[in-house]
Amino acid sequence: MNKLTLKTEGETHVIATRRFAASPEVVYRAHTDPALIQRWLLGPEGWTMPVCVNEAKPGGKIRYEWSNGKGQGFYLTGEYLELDPFRRIVHVERMFLPDPTPDNHIETTFAADGEGTLMTMRMTLPDPQTRKAMLATGMEHGMEASYVRLEGIIQAA
Amino acid sequence: MNEGFNLDAAFAALADPTRRAILARLATGETTVMELAKPFAMTQPAISQHLKVLEEAGLVTHRIDGARRPRSLAKNGIEAMDRWLETLRAALEQNYRRLDAVLAGMEELKKQRRKRQ
Repeated sequence: MNKLTLKTEGETHVIATRRFAASPEVVYRAHTDPALIQRWLLGPEGWTMPVCVNEAKPGGKIRYEWSNGKGQGFYLTGEYLELDPFRRIVHVERMFLPDPTPDNHIETTFAADGEGTLMTMRMTLPDPQTRKAMLATGMEHGMEASYVRLEGIIQAA
Repeated sequence: MNEGFNLDAAFAALADPTRRAILARLATGETTVMELAKPFAMTQPAISQHLKVLEEAGLVTHRIDGARRPRSLAKNGIEAMDRWLETLRAALEQNYRRLDAVLAGMEELKKQRRKRQ
């Protein structure tokens, strides 16, 4: 099943996993090539990403700007910390809504899984309050900001 | 969504480990304050304060049984939160379904290139 799973871990982590029917190399490229990112990382129907900067190298910059074409928009900036091509990415990011959210530290791994790839994103927020705020505002912006299931919260107890 | 349910309050209530432990305990069934206080190095008033936060967030409810006020999980609050989280999961899943299509196109190109070589 290629279904997104979300769970919380400890006080400040959120773990997302997803399987893809493509090799780790291809999935990795879809996460680091701006022309590819602009085709899928869009959130709700009707939104586009007119600006996509993704410098996939240590210290490289990330900037995604989204627009709904009706004057509404928001953006995200980030920096790459580590890249192990086709296997692992470590970066930090924050959303501007319009004030910046605290940094979300994200380790993404791409593991060969049969014919496909298992992607695991381990997000670390600076404190439980930030994680809570991320979860509570994420839906409004439809994407990227929030990952969890209630059973994860209950199980974390 | 039930009346008075406030998602922000629910997430704020869940930010505290003691309150999550209380919810986990209540998931096994109705419990008195005294029973709830037992596993924690806390006074009953401290536990009552946590229960108050959980009740105000719509996650816990109580009934009156003589002098006792046994607590239980508020089904509506928990379900409302679960629905909201499911909506969130679905929004993220939408991105990944688009990515599936992009990846399928990329794999197809690779195959065609291999054939040509």
